[in-house]
Amino acid sequence: MNFSLSRATLIAEADLVGIAGERAVCDWRGVLYFPDLRLLAVSDLHLEKGSSFARRGALIPPYDTGATLLRLQAVIADYQPQIVVSLGDSFHDGGGAERMHVSFRERLEAMMAGRDWFWVAGNHDPEAPADLPGETVKELAIGSLLFRHEPSKLRVEGEIAGHLHPCARIVQRGRSVRRRCFAGDGGRMIMPAFGAYTGSLNVLDRAYAGLFRLETLVAYMLGAERIFAISSSMLRPG
Amino acid sequence: MPSRYLLRVTEQPRLAEQNAAVLLPEPFVKWFAAKGWSPRVHQLELLAKAQAGQSVLLIAPTGAGKTLAGFLPSLTELAKRPRRKPGEAHRGIHTLYISPLKALAVDIERNLGKPVEEIGLPVTIETRTGDTPSHKRQRQKLVPPDILLTTPEQLALLIAGNDAKRFFADLRYVVLDELHSLVTSKRGHLLALGLARLRAFVPKLQTIGLSATVAEPDELRRWLVAQNPPGDMAGLITVAGGAKPEISILDSRERVPWSGHSARYAISEIYEAIKEHRTTLLFVNTRSQAELFFQELWRANEDSLPIALHHGSLDVGQRRRVEKAMADNALRAIVATSTLDLGIDWGDVDLVVHVGAPKGASRLAQRIGRANHRMDEPSKAILIPANRFEVLECRAALDANYLGAQDTPPLVKGALDVLSQHVLGVACGGPFDADLLFEEVRSAAPYAALERETFDRVIDFVATGGYALKNYERYARIRRTKEGLWRVSHPSVAQQYRLNVGTIVEMPELNIRYVRQGRGMAGRGGPVLGKIEEYFAETLRPGDNFLFAGKVLRFEGIRENECVVSNGAGANIIVPSYAGGKFPLSTYLAEQVRGMLADSDRWRALPEQVADWLRLQKEKSVLPKRGDLLVETFPRGNRHYMVAYPFEGRLAHQTLGMLLTRRLERAHARPLGFVATDYSLAVWALDDMAALFKAKKPSLAALFDEDMLGDDLEAWLNDSWMLKRTFRTCAVIAGLIEKRYPGQEKSGRQVTVSADLIYDVLRSHEPDHILLQATRTDASAGLLDVSRLGEMLSRVRGRIMHKHLDQISPLAVPVMLEIGKESVNGGANDTLLMEAADLVEEAMGRG
Repeated sequence: MNFSLSRATLIAEADLVGIAGERAVCDWRGVLYFPDLRLLAVSDLHLEKGSSFARRGALIPPYDTGATLLRLQAVIADYQPQIVVSLGDSFHDGGGAERMHVSFRERLEAMMAGRDWFWVAGNHDPEAPADLPGETVKELAIGSLLFRHEPSKLRVEGEIAGHLHPCARIVQRGRSVRRRCFAGDGGRMIMPAFGAYTGSLNVLDRAYAGLFRLETLVAYMLGAERIFAISSSMLRPG
Repeated sequence: MPSRYLLRVTEQPRLAEQNAAVLLPEPFVKWFAAKGWSPRVHQLELLAKAQAGQSVLLIAPTGAGKTLAGFLPSLTELAKRPRRKPGEAHRGIHTLYISPLKALAVDIERNLGKPVEEIGLPVTIETRTGDTPSHKRQRQKLVPPDILLTTPEQLALLIAGNDAKRFFADLRYVVLDELHSLVTSKRGHLLALGLARLRAFVPKLQTIGLSATVAEPDELRRWLVAQNPPGDMAGLITVAGGAKPEISILDSRERVPWSGHSARYAISEIYEAIKEHRTTLLFVNTRSQAELFFQELWRANEDSLPIALHHGSLDVGQRRRVEKAMADNALRAIVATSTLDLGIDWGDVDLVVHVGAPKGASRLAQRIGRANHRMDEPSKAILIPANRFEVLECRAALDANYLGAQDTPPLVKGALDVLSQHVLGVACGGPFDADLLFEEVRSAAPYAALERETFDRVIDFVATGGYALKNYERYARIRRTKEGLWRVSHPSVAQQYRLNVGTIVEMPELNIRYVRQGRGMAGRGGPVLGKIEEYFAETLRPGDNFLFAGKVLRFEGIRENECVVSNGAGANIIVPSYAGGKFPLSTYLAEQVRGMLADSDRWRALPEQVADWLRLQKEKSVLPKRGDLLVETFPRGNRHYMVAYPFEGRLAHQTLGMLLTRRLERAHARPLGFVATDYSLAVWALDDMAALFKAKKPSLAALFDEDMLGDDLEAWLNDSWMLKRTFRTCAVIAGLIEKRYPGQEKSGRQVTVSADLIYDVLRSHEPDHILLQATRTDASAGLLDVSRLGEMLSRVRGRIMHKHLDQISPLAVPVMLEIGKESVNGGANDTLLMEAADLVEEAMGRG
């Protein structure tokens, strides 16, 4: 099988990040991959956000679902995971799956075929997506990891969450760079939003208060071809 | 106090009196006589043309009684109109007056009311602006005034009302003030479409345009009337300029600096001038200059003269206080930017000081017109060049003013985002027929050349977004009825439209919130000092000190949409830079400056130190002939430099710099960066560019070939932040992104984020979408100044003069001094991330 080969070339030992004893790759395209579990996690796809806006009169381009799925297809083709966890807010609203164009539905189903696919319930999509395979769960525990949409206020080692759409900002030579990021302190990881139309919220915002040990917080900022690990002391609010 | 509108007759009094008796109703003649005045010739001429049914453009300098002239046709007609009998229906608006500024409308209400009252005319005059309370607006719809003074945005709103046709049924005249400044922007496009709509309601409608001197009056004359037949023009009346202004360039005792914009060197001399005059208006080109200058002036202010500051970022309350003090003649000097630019006059100004180069001759004329609204007395002004190139520019501007030459930006074709907004507005007013609306739109001068196919795409865009993927049929904003008319699909569409009307899209800005020192981000509830552009605030670190509203402020942090500050102090003070307000050198002035450089006889008019500088350049290098492009190359340190002198303005030079670096990269010259000023452009590289040119790899002519505006431009544009910024504006105007929701103002940041994401998605999936087309057109004309660059490249073809030197030339010094001050805008954001990541590695001892 050639997928193991492609995985081997993708993952370098030095790129692995520890989360509660498990090893994961923070991929620059915004997904988290656990090689030992052959598990790929992706968060906040917000599919059909475009049509959700259109319903309310803002006719923004209807290409977001296609764009998001194409990118997802690419990472799935690279890692060939056995398990895929979509960490909630997979659809922008409850009617999203129903509105989805048939060509997109087919593309999504092709990706799902032969894999264990979990839809974690999010605040935008608390119910199972209409007419799609996969299992809808409130949260999911695998090994020492706990996958759920919203991070809990209490500290939970091994929690992988989404919901907050983290981004980080640095200022270097008088110029400001803001990027989506993974935010992790070794115990908990909050994933960046993957959807094409998803905005983001700085990890230093009040909404993150109490979620991380600041001394060990690292923002894994998404670059054009790699991840940049930036320690919390370098980060700027706003 | 002399009236702003009326002057003692100084020209052809007999003719004027004869005409007056014919044209003016008796109460007017009596009133003029009682005042000891006579109507001016151009006022009567305009009246005669208007009475003959013509639309008219009146071009006159400030203080010529333009406004009264503009209203005379209305007032005389209203005077003759029989009074409304009790029980008779209320009459509609008779005259609509439209000005670019709210404040101007208010000003006119005050000034027009006086003669109306004195003549005893039964005429009602009211304003309608964004500040007008809703109960008054509703009343105005039921009982309209005879004369309504308003802005282009309010007109758009009135047109989108479902009773628009009835409301405007009695309309006779539209008076357009400051027309020269209205027509050059998207507001002008919206207004032109609004006028076309009004003409559809009332075919006999006449327009009266009031304008300062312009280079191409015919463009404005066409703008005023339906382009049906194409090329039709309004009548023209031109009033020759009044007394020549007394303008001088400061011949400083101090040394004029090579570069920079602060003009600090001249502070003590300016302060002396302020002391010698009653009230001085100091104009600067940017808000940052205003801040800096204001602070320096107070440092010199030993007598504690009342000197105030006025610019667009300041809190409205503070601006109003300054304006009032100005009107009360309580100030000795006021430092201002373009917010004070248009025809409003306050107080008794007897000196205008212009700091920095005027950038455009029209702007200079307008600002100097501020000193003194009496046409027969000369205005007095002093120009303060901030650096040596600006000395040349000031001299050129001065000559231009004496020549009476004027330049305004050329009129551009009507923007498609504005048309989209208008189409939706028309639909909000009632169902429309596409064929008729197309004809109507084409009757507006900016859209005279619009093609049917483009128009249909705009309609498609308004209806369902105009995407190739037809996904939004069920969400259409407008739908075609069985009868073939387009109609709004839901009342909420009209409601949404009303909230988003207009073409002015602000840069994302943060409120500046003041807290007590030492409270840090925890402090709450202090006053808001004004607004600051978000991208500037983002480069600050907590503890940084910056200058705002004449105060030194300490940056504490950003909280939601607020920039929190406390009292600051210290030596390293940063001056905010503002993306807006930086005007490029006008084409006309650039031409003048090149001419002056080439002609050593004209150097005698320059200060000795500047003439010396040019003589030295002639000796050490060469001065280009008029129309030639000089390119110098020289080594310095371990770098190789190329300096070109196109004099085409900073925007065009920045674009040129981007494109040249791309080309040099391909030629393996290993360019490292570039910096652009209004006058010249420096590129530096690791390799010897002069050797490359000599070996023709490429030749200099090939490097500067016009074909760079093809693929290179396209490739660079697509990644440019400028395009994203432009797209955001277009998307808001076209109604794709909302300016605000009912009851909830969206913060700039949220809009920015989504606009950028939408841009990325749209660009990769439908690059030919009509909104992207509109964006590229805008960017080429605006931030990139591509057309000007194109004209320059074609002009210098075969006329590029290369001079290789052993060392830097005198002319190159100003731009070389800018290196390091301005950051080079490249696409290399990941490089910055890498640096930050490496710093961490280093600190952790892993590097």
